[in-house]
Amino acid sequence: MADAAIHGHDHEDSRGFFTRWFMSTNHKDIGILYLVVAAIIGLISVIFTVFMRLELMEPGVQHMCLEGARLFANASAECTPNGHLWNVLITGHGILMMFFVVIPALFGGFGNYFMPLQIGAPDMAFPRMNNLSFWLYVAGTTMAVCSVFSPGGNDQMGSGVGWVLYPPLSVKEGGMSMDLAIFAVHLSGASSILGAINIITTFLNMRAPGMTLFKVPLFAWAVFVTAWLILLSLPVLAGAITMLLMDRNFGFTFFDPAGGGDPILYQHILWFFGHPEVYIIILPGFGIISHVIATFSRKPVFGYLPMVWALIAIGALGFVVWAHHMYTVGMTLNQQAYFMLATMVIAVPTGVKVFSWIATMWGGSIEFKTPMLWAFGFLFLFTVGGVTGIVLSQAAVDRYYHDTYYVVAHFHYVMSLGAVFAIFAGVYFYLPKMSGRMYPEWAGKLHFWTMFIGANLTFFPQHFLGRQGMPRRYIDYPEAFAYWNHWSSIGAFISFASFLFFFGVIFYTLRAGAKVTVANPWNEYADTLEWTLPSPPPEHTFEILPKREDWDKQHAH
Amino acid sequence: MAHVKNHDYHVLPPSVHPFIGAVGGFLMLLGAVFWMHGITAVLFWIGLVVVLYTMFTWWSDVVQESHVGDHTPVVRIGLRYGFILFIMSEVMFFFAWFWSFFKHAMYPMETYAGSLYEKPEIHAIDPFHLPLINTLILLLSGCAVTWAHHSLVHGNDRKGLINGLAIGIVFGIAFTVLQGYEYGVLIMHDGWQFGGDEFYSNFFMATGFHGAHVIIGTIFLTVCLIRAIRGDFTPEKHVGFEAAAWYWHFVDVVWLFLFFAVYIWGTSGL
Repeated sequence: MADAAIHGHDHEDSRGFFTRWFMSTNHKDIGILYLVVAAIIGLISVIFTVFMRLELMEPGVQHMCLEGARLFANASAECTPNGHLWNVLITGHGILMMFFVVIPALFGGFGNYFMPLQIGAPDMAFPRMNNLSFWLYVAGTTMAVCSVFSPGGNDQMGSGVGWVLYPPLSVKEGGMSMDLAIFAVHLSGASSILGAINIITTFLNMRAPGMTLFKVPLFAWAVFVTAWLILLSLPVLAGAITMLLMDRNFGFTFFDPAGGGDPILYQHILWFFGHPEVYIIILPGFGIISHVIATFSRKPVFGYLPMVWALIAIGALGFVVWAHHMYTVGMTLNQQAYFMLATMVIAVPTGVKVFSWIATMWGGSIEFKTPMLWAFGFLFLFTVGGVTGIVLSQAAVDRYYHDTYYVVAHFHYVMSLGAVFAIFAGVYFYLPKMSGRMYPEWAGKLHFWTMFIGANLTFFPQHFLGRQGMPRRYIDYPEAFAYWNHWSSIGAFISFASFLFFFGVIFYTLRAGAKVTVANPWNEYADTLEWTLPSPPPEHTFEILPKREDWDKQHAH
Repeated sequence: MAHVKNHDYHVLPPSVHPFIGAVGGFLMLLGAVFWMHGITAVLFWIGLVVVLYTMFTWWSDVVQESHVGDHTPVVRIGLRYGFILFIMSEVMFFFAWFWSFFKHAMYPMETYAGSLYEKPEIHAIDPFHLPLINTLILLLSGCAVTWAHHSLVHGNDRKGLINGLAIGIVFGIAFTVLQGYEYGVLIMHDGWQFGGDEFYSNFFMATGFHGAHVIIGTIFLTVCLIRAIRGDFTPEKHVGFEAAAWYWHFVDVVWLFLFFAVYIWGTSGL
């Protein structure tokens, strides 16, 4: 039984549906499962935000009424604002996007599928544990969705405490919804930690013969560094939310000043996880972008070694800057000065990456295929988000921007536009490889341009709103903020339409897209090992380990 | 195309354990929420049984796979990497509890300007009494496990391996019993509470999670003892034992930190 897979057939996939998708020990199938579930949860989470933007389109509360949520405003009917529903939606959106969409898609999906392929490994180091990661993620996702629909605070459903779960609110929030949310994060954390152990071991132990560390492709490196961040930061979060659980249910006082506890302590521990978390989200995206840009510029990536060291530096620095999320809690001046300085230092390795991507394109023959458009969009948007990050990193300036829409705009530029654009770049880049079918180029481009315009229209005006002083996380706002909120909502609707169109593109491609018959549908600069395999790859890959000339494209110096 | 391979990695057949285990984990935590909210405890226990069942069958399979020779040298390296990484994540878990302890020890709430908090009267205990004895017991247990390891590696002395492991396990159980006794005395006799003040919160969660790890480690060592008696381990091939020993030393080290921080420093101000 133990070696049935080794003697299995590779000409015909004889596995039944349940065996293939529920009992999988195959990194490619598990990667696809991750991508599918992340897409579904992404849709749920996006629907939350579109409803929120609908509410924010006009001053006053028209849609989220205590009398019942309404899709269309009804001026003749009574509408008592339902702040709890609003709070539940922002909380749900944050938790789902952070833990159940972006990490699973980039780290779980692309990481699982392509990291072993890029290093020429037959599978992950622990293929069965890999599946446990996936199913724990599904369990966590289910629990998070249960949390939204179970009895919560204010005698309504769900918890409205914000994704950071700050006490005292998260301790006082009634009902079982909050406890379900905590356990959902526990489950997803266990899933990610097991995944990280798997990725690190695979990377260290299973590289193709001759592939030394600094010959590993950049995406594999990015996933490897990400895995370290997950391994070292997520258990700390697990500790913090366990403290919350104890405070909530067993009368402990970790965060309750009346019992000698300190709510600020929670913020520190949370952000000690939370800041590495933002790099966990973006680093795999960096890896994808490097390959896409190199391929469609027809040049090897500029400055491979500095690119690797920049990844490592960003990962390491990510652990020592956490308190810039909490400048306003009353830290000493020295603490603020330190965190400000350390934060700005991160701009250096990030700059190395951005300029290396630009240098990769410099003098290349750039081809604006869909993945390249996404990568280009990523580069622009991530840079905008990075620049506003430098603004926010300054403790003095942050006094004014803290908890305003400027912050919302900043982190959506780096995450929703940065990381999500990287996901889309990866989807279009790798779709022919994963499915054996090519998406229609015009559709991919239409998707890109509508999303690019929609997302910018959504988030760019939020900088203005933040500068005008509009605070985040409120269901309503004064008349003075109406103009840019209106535009922002229109942008959200365009993005949503674009996102729905994306699902259409994927369905069309999987059913009727042109067959890809070659191993490498792009060009010779897509030179990593996954492009030497048939499209889609067979059940088992690299049972015969790749030879050095298959992947080592460097010319002798 | 003939199916050949030229690598020693372990490519596994499909398995239902992960799916069942995740369902069990889900039921267990959902059941824990129901239990905490006074609905029912049944679901929690069902989930726990499913999780334990999965652990048992899964790791039995791993032992079987080792017997049929799937654990080649390169796979054994991978298993070791994996376990070291797991211990690193555990270290970071305790990092959170120590963070909380040190914060409260260095910046107690009663020193904050405007704070109305007053530390309650807490019955002081002597860390150099039972806690010190427990420290010695746990360290001796670690020594016994190291003795077992050396017996195995140098000269394949199975008797030494079994004796060392047995003594290590007995000391581990003694630690747990004494710790349980100490909890009992603290709560029943000395009026300590499970929660209610940051001191109790930090003390019981940090030492409690450590205690849970001691119990897990003891079970792990016991499994190794059974396997040692069956003759599963050879001087070259004993990843399971090595992992158990590492885990046990990790539990030791956490205890040393707990002893110096939570017991000596933490109780010095009472």
